[in-house]
Amino acid sequence: MTATLSADQPSSAALAPPLLRFEQMGLAYPTPQGPYPVLEGVNLDVQAGEFICVIGHSGCGKSTLLNTVSGFAKPSSGRVLFNGAPIQRPGPDRMVVFQGYALLPWLTAYDNVYLGIDAVKPQLPERQKREIVMEHLELVGLTAAAEKTITQISGGMKQRVAIARALAIRPEVLILDEPFGALDAITKEELQEELLKIWNTQKCTVLMITHDIDEALFLADRLVMMTNGPAAGIGEVLTINFPRPRSREDIMEDPRYYELRNQALDFLYNRFAHDEDA
Amino acid sequence: MTPVPSSKINPPNWWKQNRKAILPPIFGIGGFLLFWQLSSSLGLTKLEGPLSLWTDERTRELLLYPFFDNGGLDKGLFLHTMSSLSRVAIGYSLAAVIGIGIGIAVGLNKGLNRAFDPLFQFLRMVAPLAWVPIALVMFQQNQPAAIFVIFITSIWPILINTAEGVRQIPQDYRNVALVLQMSNRRFFTKILIPSTLPYIFTGLRISIGLAWLAIIAAEIVMPGTPGIGYFIWDANQNGYVSEIVLGVIWIGAIGLILDRLMAWLQTRIASGR
Repeated sequence: MTATLSADQPSSAALAPPLLRFEQMGLAYPTPQGPYPVLEGVNLDVQAGEFICVIGHSGCGKSTLLNTVSGFAKPSSGRVLFNGAPIQRPGPDRMVVFQGYALLPWLTAYDNVYLGIDAVKPQLPERQKREIVMEHLELVGLTAAAEKTITQISGGMKQRVAIARALAIRPEVLILDEPFGALDAITKEELQEELLKIWNTQKCTVLMITHDIDEALFLADRLVMMTNGPAAGIGEVLTINFPRPRSREDIMEDPRYYELRNQALDFLYNRFAHDEDA
Repeated sequence: MTPVPSSKINPPNWWKQNRKAILPPIFGIGGFLLFWQLSSSLGLTKLEGPLSLWTDERTRELLLYPFFDNGGLDKGLFLHTMSSLSRVAIGYSLAAVIGIGIGIAVGLNKGLNRAFDPLFQFLRMVAPLAWVPIALVMFQQNQPAAIFVIFITSIWPILINTAEGVRQIPQDYRNVALVLQMSNRRFFTKILIPSTLPYIFTGLRISIGLAWLAIIAAEIVMPGTPGIGYFIWDANQNGYVSEIVLGVIWIGAIGLILDRLMAWLQTRIASGR
């Protein structure tokens, strides 16, 4: 017994069935000139509770990759398995934080979060729904702004509401498409730390697109780096095993940080440099 | 007696803030009336000037006593207007309900839209007067025919704007509904209606003007019943030109009020989106 346990220890994650599995996944858009391949031959296993960041040049199909998980896009070859079954359609177990927040501007912050929980778990008693909403607004520091409408709050606050709405329904996978791209540096750092804190407590699996290597190194367990399109795929996966909970200062002092950073930079700007980004 | 000064409104200040909103319309309208009066006095047109509304005894009586009721069709203009407004209210409400309903269906369903859009675009170009004989044949009765004319004139902007509003629901909102696996009913009440409301109100506001515009056409088919449209038609038959002018002014004023009312409703209900 003890022997098997200790033998399993280092590779237990690899032996557990993955929460998400991309199997030779490819996706092509039909065009008048024939199918245009966006993604090709994507293979990746994601374990439950992992924090995965995806990086790559614009137009390489990062969003499409995540859309095959959320169910907004269907692979044209291969498959994407979620808990062992192919993904058929969007669902609240794979909640998305959309790029433009996608909040309903005529509702308050509270009502936006409530709408999500009420749609997904209508059977919960009213009082419990209210508690869940308030709990998640508090988690993102928006208790005071709960009754403000979306038009009255800043971009950073909108992103907080979107995250609260997504987390309130307790998804197994949280999908974020460049969530902090439009925010100023300070708000961005604050939100990164909040996201990490929440992820630590809720232990959901996170898939996040980013353009920012430092952001990925601070947040992710693994960084998936994509090759350029058409027919993009996964070029390299960096494992980032800084101890958690992480602090920005500690990571910056770690020599591995610069090693990883250089590896990512080399991948993006030498080996898979992109004319448009140069 | 000296006038009692109002405690809340400070007249010089109030005037300063609002004179830009008050003076230009007075100059504009005054100038127009002056031009009209002059061109009539100088004999440039046979149409009598605005002063004739006062000098002509028939119209002066009508101006002074809008509420009199001598039975039959011999009523004050206010009472004529109320009959017309109730007719417009029925036709317009029908247009609103049916127009929003069909508009949503057409907005949600591309096939339906392709099937019916040419028909809608064609029908909305038909003038209210042209509907009158058709309406009479369809309904064989005056009252439903008149309401139909109002209905068919005013439904198109509501229908077309509602459909456009539904089509303009941002993909983001639809994606939220998809990922939350919202029921159709929830999508309808929580996303579709609130998101489309500004478009619906734009349609409703255009249509209230059209509904009121159709009143003359509608009431031509209703001889012997009170109504501002029939009042003008009757004056025309009898050659009372200043009565026609008075009726037209009355209709214009009511139309202005209706439009302002809808604009007010629009800002109250559909703003902040």
